Amino acid sequence: MADPKIEGYEFKPGYKGMARDTSSDQTMFKGVHWGKAMMWIFLLSDTFIFSCFLISYMKGRGSTTVEWPNPSEVFALNVGGVPVPLLLIAIMTFVLITSSGTMALAVKYGYERNRKMCGWLILATALGGLTFVGMQAFEWSKLIHEGVRPWTNPFGAPQFGSFFFMITGFHGTHVSIGVIFLSIYAYKTLAGHYDTGKRGWFTSMKGNYVEIEILGLYWHFVDLVWVFIFAFFYLW
Amino acid sequence: MSEDFNDNKTIQAQSSETTSGGGAGVTPDTDYVRPAEVADQDLYHGHSFITKWVFCQDAKVIGVQYFLLATFTGIIGLILSWLMRLQLGFPEVASFMTAEHYYQFVTMHGMIMVVYFLTALFLGGFGNYLIPLMTGARDMVFPYVNMVSFWMFFIAVGVLLASFFVPGGPTGSGWTLYPPQSILEGTPGSGMGIILMLISLSLFVIGFTMGGLNYLITVLQARTRGMTLMRMPLTVWGIFTATVLAMLAFPALLVSSIMMTLDKILGTSFFMPTILQAGEVLEYGGGSPILFQHLFWFFGHPEVYIVALPAFGIVSDLISVHSRKNIFGYRMMVWAIVVIGALSFFVWAHHMYVSGMHPWFGFFFATTTLIIAVPTALKVYNWILTLWRGNIRMNTVMLWCLGFIVTFVNGGITGIFLGNVIVDVPLSDTYFVVAHFHMVMGIAPLMVIMGAVYHWFPLVAGRMLSEKLGKWHFWFTFLGAYSIYFPMHYLGFIGVPRRYFEMYDSPYVTSAVELNQFISTAAFIVGAAQFILIYNIIVSLRIGKPAGKNPWKANSLEWLTPAVPPEHGNWGDKLPVVHRWPYDYSVPGAKEDFIPQTTPPSEVADTEAEKT
Repeated sequence: MADPKIEGYEFKPGYKGMARDTSSDQTMFKGVHWGKAMMWIFLLSDTFIFSCFLISYMKGRGSTTVEWPNPSEVFALNVGGVPVPLLLIAIMTFVLITSSGTMALAVKYGYERNRKMCGWLILATALGGLTFVGMQAFEWSKLIHEGVRPWTNPFGAPQFGSFFFMITGFHGTHVSIGVIFLSIYAYKTLAGHYDTGKRGWFTSMKGNYVEIEILGLYWHFVDLVWVFIFAFFYLW
Repeated sequence: MSEDFNDNKTIQAQSSETTSGGGAGVTPDTDYVRPAEVADQDLYHGHSFITKWVFCQDAKVIGVQYFLLATFTGIIGLILSWLMRLQLGFPEVASFMTAEHYYQFVTMHGMIMVVYFLTALFLGGFGNYLIPLMTGARDMVFPYVNMVSFWMFFIAVGVLLASFFVPGGPTGSGWTLYPPQSILEGTPGSGMGIILMLISLSLFVIGFTMGGLNYLITVLQARTRGMTLMRMPLTVWGIFTATVLAMLAFPALLVSSIMMTLDKILGTSFFMPTILQAGEVLEYGGGSPILFQHLFWFFGHPEVYIVALPAFGIVSDLISVHSRKNIFGYRMMVWAIVVIGALSFFVWAHHMYVSGMHPWFGFFFATTTLIIAVPTALKVYNWILTLWRGNIRMNTVMLWCLGFIVTFVNGGITGIFLGNVIVDVPLSDTYFVVAHFHMVMGIAPLMVIMGAVYHWFPLVAGRMLSEKLGKWHFWFTFLGAYSIYFPMHYLGFIGVPRRYFEMYDSPYVTSAVELNQFISTAAFIVGAAQFILIYNIIVSLRIGKPAGKNPWKANSLEWLTPAVPPEHGNWGDKLPVVHRWPYDYSVPGAKEDFIPQTTPPSEVADTEAEKT
């Protein structure tokens, strides 16, 4: 991406440029919107949350004396009487990654001030997220039906149920919050609040298409976390 | 890019035509500062009592709200400590107290003082009030989120205090909340008490994250023209670095709170091994209590520096202003803060030497712990060198600063004892540890808070606090705090264990009884002496001497607002332009002994002001 133009300030490439930006006045990240910088730092903090969860999971799984259930069997889906391992998860992952794609397109159209395309793509992203949460609910109910509980499970170590429900639940909460915000911003975009400069209902501040990119950062992060959860729970 | 470069030249050339020359060595564009990068901040101005004073979006009001609520919670913590000291010193008077009560008071005192008092006061209180003013911003960058942050804290405090009124009372598992005992029957408050505590902590973390994002982005992205990172007062550096620590350390607390809540409510076994309770095997099994300790202390150790770093920053500024000298080694001070912050993430297991760990593990954590002494000692030397040959004003603020240095050195040295595994093992869980951490992260930061209150009260309220009452307050607190904690080192050496409700017929009783009575008496007096400050504030608000502008003749921006106390938006129509660091005191050749940050270089061209 090209450097933004800043009156009276000269950009330099590489580490020298980084040191120069850091030691300059006013802003450290030149031309970066406040909200965008905030989202990056929030995501760093959130990364620590998920890291703590996943490290605890590794510790729990590594030190269990009861055998850990085999993920290819536990998460298999019966299609015409044949158990297909990881089928549902593959579809869930595909849907979520696709929704990341629509989000990226929404950001692009947002910056092109293409209100309609941007709004509908955000809505598509929200639908993708909703489908994901729906499939997760299906998976949860299937496991619960088979007798898996947070405190026990018929396939082996009880910690399997504990960590699975807690971590996918925490991630699912992130997706659900994302869906709520995506819906709000789809409405704001389609209603043209960014073009008319209408003030927000809560904050009474004017919006901007940058907000779509900030929302996109969050959404991509939630996807990225899913990739890790996917690897740690379903492939390990 | 080359075009930008050319633009830069032309702007400088233009300004050189318009600016008239100053004294010797002044070229016409000496006073040039780049134009603003970001448009002026759009603010929501409150228009009713509710939007101006309750759900207010002005960082200054939010800061005062944080300050008052944290102080209120702190007073509850103080009263709990009185009750504990009553039991320890005069058990026959405290016959109404059971062992359960005692453990609950220990737990709530610890948690309140560390999290809900010190953290909220330094970051929420001083952070909100001072960061926008000191960096020359109009407000925090997200005022609405900032307001929500305070109300989350309010709810967290409410939930915490509610645990006093539920069946079983608040949790009594010690502020570290170690499982398995914290959620097993037999520990007081193992029912609703511990659940409310965990919920309250989670709410606090969520609320703090909202505030913390504000502090970080305001410092990084919303400074005024000319304000570089290396021209920021050390107060801002301390609060900023502490906020970074909090953003990375609180996640571990949140995660461990969630996991323990699930262990308690749903019966998961994250932290619970196979265990007997009253002779019955419980359904738990396979969990790791040590995992909780790791998560807790990954939060808990940075937490110590979340409290200490703002104190380091603030005291540096107070010492510099009141000894009329620039802070010695400003850049060293900044880097020391950053290095201490970074190191604090690699020392957590020194709290777990007696939990059972591989000797090499203990060796590693002892090494990293002792390395922290290097930047910390550097800071102490720099404070002393700042005072060295300074034009010291022996006022209340300075007394608190000196008190801080003494208590901090004292607590720091005992920290070096405890950082070594071989010394820690016999001293672990004795009063030596209690003396150490109260000195280093209780009394020392408290001294700075008091100094800061006497320093900035004229700005917040527009009136001076009484110096006479302030000095009484200081001497009672300083001598009293020493009377409390200094003998505790000795109690630790003779092996008196901490957290014990009473000593029964152990041989310690005979030698520790009188000492405990002395400590308790001192604790009552010191606690009562804190009400001198409250009296002082109430009286000064009504009849205190009007402070006027910049009563301390300080350089930093918060004293240079057009209105005192500053109004919403801080700076009136025009944002300040910064030309120098905030430490140009007693500059040779200058007319006065201070050069405010907004003074352009051409006005002080003949002086030996630092180039910053």
